[in-house]
Amino acid sequence: MSEQEHSWTIEAKSSLFDLKLNEVWAYRDLLWLLVRRDFVSFYKQTIFGPLWFFIQPLFTTIIFTFIFGNLAGISTDGLPKPLFYMAGITAWNYFSDCLTKTSTVFRDNAGIFGKVYFPRLIMPLSIVVSNLVRFAVQLLLFLLLMIYYHLSGAQFSISWALVLFPMLIILMALLGLGGGMIISAMTTKYRDLAFLVTFGVQLLMYATTVIYPLSAALEKYPKYAWIIMYNPMTPIIETFRYGFLGEGSFSWGSFGYASGITFAVLILGIIIFNKVERNFVDTV
Amino acid sequence: MSEIAIKIENLSKAYQLGQIGTGTISRDLERWYARIRGKEDPLLLVGESNDQNIRSESNVVWSLKNINFEIAKGDAVGIIGKNGAGKSTLLKILSKVTAPTTGKISGNGRIASLLEVGTGFHPELSGRENIFLNGAILGMRKKEIQRKLDEIVDFAGIERYLDTPVKRYSSGMYVRLAFAVAAHLESEILIVDEVLAVGDVEFQKKCLGKMSEVSKGEGRTVLFVSHNMTAIKKLCGNSILLNKGSVELFDRTERVIEHYYHANKESLVKINPASKREGSGVVQFYDFTILNKNLEEKSVFLNGESIVFKFTLNAIADTANVDIGFSIHDEDENMLSVIYSSYQNKVFDLKKGINHYSFELTDNYLSNRTYIIRGLIKADNIIADMPAQPIGELVIESGNFYQTDSIGHQSSKIAFLIKGKWA
Repeated sequence: MSEQEHSWTIEAKSSLFDLKLNEVWAYRDLLWLLVRRDFVSFYKQTIFGPLWFFIQPLFTTIIFTFIFGNLAGISTDGLPKPLFYMAGITAWNYFSDCLTKTSTVFRDNAGIFGKVYFPRLIMPLSIVVSNLVRFAVQLLLFLLLMIYYHLSGAQFSISWALVLFPMLIILMALLGLGGGMIISAMTTKYRDLAFLVTFGVQLLMYATTVIYPLSAALEKYPKYAWIIMYNPMTPIIETFRYGFLGEGSFSWGSFGYASGITFAVLILGIIIFNKVERNFVDTV
Repeated sequence: MSEIAIKIENLSKAYQLGQIGTGTISRDLERWYARIRGKEDPLLLVGESNDQNIRSESNVVWSLKNINFEIAKGDAVGIIGKNGAGKSTLLKILSKVTAPTTGKISGNGRIASLLEVGTGFHPELSGRENIFLNGAILGMRKKEIQRKLDEIVDFAGIERYLDTPVKRYSSGMYVRLAFAVAAHLESEILIVDEVLAVGDVEFQKKCLGKMSEVSKGEGRTVLFVSHNMTAIKKLCGNSILLNKGSVELFDRTERVIEHYYHANKESLVKINPASKREGSGVVQFYDFTILNKNLEEKSVFLNGESIVFKFTLNAIADTANVDIGFSIHDEDENMLSVIYSSYQNKVFDLKKGINHYSFELTDNYLSNRTYIIRGLIKADNIIADMPAQPIGELVIESGNFYQTDSIGHQSSKIAFLIKGKWA
């Protein structure tokens, strides 16, 4: 290692577009160790361990089936109700977990951020990756449910759009990450936004096609359906359903739109995050 | 000229005081508006130096102001100063935890900073897992940690507990493990903040040893903040004295420490004629100074060094048979020793007015700590003056007590030193 390689400067102002991604790469080992820490510490000293990951989506599905499916009678595009809801819940949960956990990253880690430097982006990234483990477990539950309904003869089929599934995960992760970072950066000084996040995410869920299909929204409220269509999570969840269950509205246009928004939010998030990161220790 | 490890230019850091609330957003907008017009930040213009005792209108203080210095490669530099002098802020900026308000730092070599031991330790994880996690947080690659694992475990002395969650560790083990990880980091620059305040004497010695090995043996640059002057003196050749956010002195450590104590003298107890005192008042303490053998006024002395206590007494009339006494206390006001001149068959006859007397402590067995001196004057066996406040203060540091190369045991628990003849 030459000296040149390790020379550095600390300055009062930093370039807005220096995303410090090379630094993040240098600390990649830390990313995995943090993910491991989250996972291990989550189920240590619990009896059911990772089983807890199942319980929440399972109960939500049951309740949604009962309330929205049976009581309110909202259409599910002809799909078995639990299957329809669980598809939406599984995808939505991953996005909302990424968003809400990332949005408090500065506050949650103030202690460690105040004492040692490492690329701060590692923390939100580790959250997104840790949530992936949880998502995988919940997806497994969803697949089990799919097998069960398939064996009992329900009408649905996997479509070609399933090949987009990895893209969908990346989109959800990055959208949650970007949005969460913007919120987290803004809440370091003004805490008000933090109150908004929890119930804002809940409201957002109703503006996404989690408990109803897009087709039903277009049919019943053609005037207001644009709110739902412009929500970048809608194409993602619709594509997810279309891929796994063969029902849902998919178009390359809306898919491209969701990708574009995600990319924009992510870049904006990283820029704001890196800017705030330099001084947040003084205000948090 | 040797190579430079760290170069600091015009470094300043301002902090905003007070609550952040609804008022803050309007001021933020004001600052932002000034910035887009390319003007100076209006808040920073009114900032002032960080004197914590002074109340002022301004909401901004400069925790550091216009710091400039260079540290050569391989140097061990101590940073001393009173609380609030800006030591921690400086280290925080160097560690990239927070950004400076103005100025620039450039450097060569990877920095490892230890502002706190055990940052990021997770209580549920085992010692081994925490070594990896903590090492990675400090910037080590996994294989680097793997290579050093045995050394770290050995240094911390926790081999038996390696796979036990650290929440079951004793606090000592915890600290040892944390320091061990940081000390084995392969960095060119090591920044250490007062971590030696924790842990027992044995461990402190080990840490100091490791740090001096790092700086002297491996040629790495060390920056060390501490209130422990003995440790600084042992480890650092040069030191920086910070005062109210500025560099007051950057020189050889002994001179900086000397200057520091001297500059702090105003905080020492001076005999105030109006201060509360008991006694008949025929004779009173007028002044009290502590000198070395060459009659230079000092407040820091080395083990075994002769100390001259100079008493200036004021008599309202000619007074005979005056007995001067003083006692030595530790910082918790426990009395350690008392001496009266009469014990050594010495009493004084004073003329009206100012009289000077002195006592030379030739056999100095005082161990390393801060001592408080209280005084008492008797005239004809009746108390003439007994100030309620101490009359002076002195600090003893490691020195050449044994007249050998050894500075002896460095524990702060030692009550007094002894020496004699071995056969």
